[in-house]
Amino acid sequence: MMLARDDQSSLQSPLKRTPLHALHGSSGGKMVPFAGYDMPVQFSTGVLTEHLHTRSSAGLFDVSHMGQIALHAKSGKVEDAALALERLVPQDILAVAPGRQRYAQFTNAAGGILDDLMVANFGSHLFLVVNAACKAEDEAHLRANLQDACVIEPLQNRALIALQGPKACSVLAELCADVAAMRFMDAGPRRVAGIECFVSRSGYTGEDGFEISVPAEQAETLAKALLGNSDVLPIGLGARDSLRLEAGLCLYGHDIDVTTTPVEGALEWSIQKSRRRGGARAGSFPGADKILAQLENGAPRRRVGLRPEGRAPVREGAPLFADSASSEQIGAVTSGGFGPSINAPVAMGYLPSSQAAPGGLVFAELRGGRLPLRVAATPFVPNTYKR
Amino acid sequence: MTTLFTSDHEWLRIEGDVATIGVTDYAQSQLGDVVFVELPKVGRSLKKAEAAAVVESVKAASDVYAPISGEVMEVNDALMAEPALVNSDAAGKAWFFKLKIADRSELGGLMDEAAYTKHTA
Repeated sequence: MMLARDDQSSLQSPLKRTPLHALHGSSGGKMVPFAGYDMPVQFSTGVLTEHLHTRSSAGLFDVSHMGQIALHAKSGKVEDAALALERLVPQDILAVAPGRQRYAQFTNAAGGILDDLMVANFGSHLFLVVNAACKAEDEAHLRANLQDACVIEPLQNRALIALQGPKACSVLAELCADVAAMRFMDAGPRRVAGIECFVSRSGYTGEDGFEISVPAEQAETLAKALLGNSDVLPIGLGARDSLRLEAGLCLYGHDIDVTTTPVEGALEWSIQKSRRRGGARAGSFPGADKILAQLENGAPRRRVGLRPEGRAPVREGAPLFADSASSEQIGAVTSGGFGPSINAPVAMGYLPSSQAAPGGLVFAELRGGRLPLRVAATPFVPNTYKR
Repeated sequence: MTTLFTSDHEWLRIEGDVATIGVTDYAQSQLGDVVFVELPKVGRSLKKAEAAAVVESVKAASDVYAPISGEVMEVNDALMAEPALVNSDAAGKAWFFKLKIADRSELGGLMDEAAYTKHTA
């Protein structure tokens, strides 16, 4: 059998390391290259156990490869930073209250998605978390477009730790009592185990949980304090992917990218009324003409959840067809694998909007055969956010 | 009874003119948790190096190749019902399929256990 080749590091520039790299090594992490970083894909217990542990207890994820950026208004008023950022995203950023966070996308002139991100209002400034693979381009994009109004400060000397699962709150509350009172998408500075952190009640697993931005030099201390709780296991990128897939959450570069608009990506819930036609600050973001028209009239294609019938996982790239014989491809799978919590394969992909309704049947080509998949609502596993 | 190995992590147990084929413990440790196995049809004639079966972990799909030529005599249905057997007993209960050996000379290119151990060291 051919084993997947994990190690391509010799072909690429030297891999970067997060502040938790040494800890991963001593925790039995199996390291692989990811977005230019040497990251743990799994630990000794394996992807399946890590996934199920996160859903039943608490998992600790190193997401320090992601970009953290502070956006300060030159006027000193956070509202001006919010209004400036609205030039680049279709979201209402002005309405993000101090201590709150919102999901957003950077769009391009064609309405495609350059990256997806989290935007938090810290009162004095905005705090952005962007994808690792896009962070250099995102910083350049911010500089090119917002320099008149904002100071863009990449926070390179910080780690980012996600603590996810039903016990995340009780675990973190032992180090910071304040977190118990936070609701989903609350965000702001908190003192955790005596360390000045930025904490948000959010994550990317569908579970209740937190993301904790911590100064690099104190990251290992904090991670060890959290892992010292017997409810917590370290979790690798493998389970991070299966958890977010079951939760129906998009992975940038796979489920959404420059060729997909937010409407095609089924992300219209993230575009507030104030930015739509007739809204107080309608349009005035890249690709607004296309995106606003699609919001009203629909898009030609749509991201959907897919449940393969049977046990075989259907993975990224599998072409989709309307029936078991037709030669005309109607779409493709963009993420797919096995969902340990529902003990069945799950996938996401794009279909013509006319065939995107849940309950419909489509076929994927797999190893020379055609496999039926049921169009399904997402999330596949109900989320447990503390709203 | 002899057990032989391929460089790509399959084992063959030779009994008379029948070879029972599976993947090695090293292979399963690299694959991680196996969630799906697809086996060839009984009666199918396989050529050496032809893709014969598929094993999928949470992370990825991998092909299992026919290490020698032969006709598929039997497949391990238990593996389809319980793919995790590949992780718990790769060298035993998790055999994949049995081939009727077509050309014994193909066995000459395979490794014995000592050579395979060296190969994965």
